[in-house]
Amino acid sequence: MIKKLFYEFKKGITIENPTFGLVLGLCPTLAVSTTVVNAIGMGIAATFVLLGSNIFISSLRNFIPDRIRIPCYIVIIATFVTINEMVMKAYFPALNRSLGIFVPLIVVNCIVLGRAEAYACKNRVLDSIFDALGMGVGFTIALIIIAAIRESLGNGTILGFPLVKGYEPATMMILAPGALLTIGILIGIINFVHIKQKTRREITREKFDGR
Amino acid sequence: MDASQLIMIFISMVFINNFILSKFLGLCSFIGVSKETGPAISMGFAVTFVTTMSSIITWLIYRFVLIPFNITYMRTIAFILVIATFVQLVEMFIRKTSPHLYKFFGIYLPLITVNCAVLGVAVLNSETFFSGTRIMPGSFIFSVVQGFFAGVGYCLAMLLMSGIRERLELVRVPRSFKDVPLAFVIASLMSLAFMGFSGFKF
Repeated sequence: MIKKLFYEFKKGITIENPTFGLVLGLCPTLAVSTTVVNAIGMGIAATFVLLGSNIFISSLRNFIPDRIRIPCYIVIIATFVTINEMVMKAYFPALNRSLGIFVPLIVVNCIVLGRAEAYACKNRVLDSIFDALGMGVGFTIALIIIAAIRESLGNGTILGFPLVKGYEPATMMILAPGALLTIGILIGIINFVHIKQKTRREITREKFDGR
Repeated sequence: MDASQLIMIFISMVFINNFILSKFLGLCSFIGVSKETGPAISMGFAVTFVTTMSSIITWLIYRFVLIPFNITYMRTIAFILVIATFVQLVEMFIRKTSPHLYKFFGIYLPLITVNCAVLGVAVLNSETFFSGTRIMPGSFIFSVVQGFFAGVGYCLAMLLMSGIRERLELVRVPRSFKDVPLAFVIASLMSLAFMGFSGFKF
């Protein structure tokens, strides 16, 4: 039981990581990952929306008619996004300003709707909570990785603290091209590791079969 | 309001603030559908149509419903619902009246509901042309023009990208960089090129 819950949590971080595994929700990932602070803020905001919508959708899963389920999901998600927007405006105005229009755009983040459709509408509330937490944490970690690369190369800082003295920052990494380049190379490296693992497994299997 | 402002919106939306290459809106469909030129153009036209129409509708909703009742915080919910309904309606209408056009747009029309570019343009309109509850003069025309040219910018990026990716099919690339990662790297180079436009000023 607990093992299963732990698995639901873990899979969002590792194999089904929304950014690197499933390649979902890229628009906010790239736009917001200019600094680590922004990345953490966006990650927490998205996790909150995911958690809220997953709880509501999975507890209402027996009442929502199948044919109009997508509009129902969208209303639930939009409600949580609006709550999120208002809280952020009230307590974190600076963060709200730097995230800009990407706060309301969490509504169309494929991760949230994707989890509602693929997981929450078929599973119990408890499982859905852990699924949402795992996906949210996975998304946040991916954001932080990308943001750390971009901020350290493009601005010479991490979380606002300078890294190396005398480093001339490459501004391009903070602007749009840097984001696309970073994600492209990261996905490429992950693919490379996957292919390596697969061929190694095949080689060992061949050896085993030969014997 | 005069023509120069409209031209400024055109240049800003298509080149300087291109939705895909500098604002990262609609990136999912940009990477997903740009493998061949035909579907890429269909998608581009469908997005242009929807951004234009949804700019009109969301302006009406914002101006005549949300502002008078002082419920602008309902913006996100209202916009996404209106856009989703509108896209569904258009799909039904096109399927009934013109099977040819339906085939042309194909599955791309329903996909557009969750395209960030459409909601993005609606939110952007409501932020740039309304300051709080005050309405800028001529905001309707500006909103529609901004929506239309955002779609045109999307089309342009889509067309360029699909052209490049079609030629890339013939080239040998490292196995781990095939398809998506390479598309990102190309998009990065394209956006570097588009950054050159950011010096444009009137």
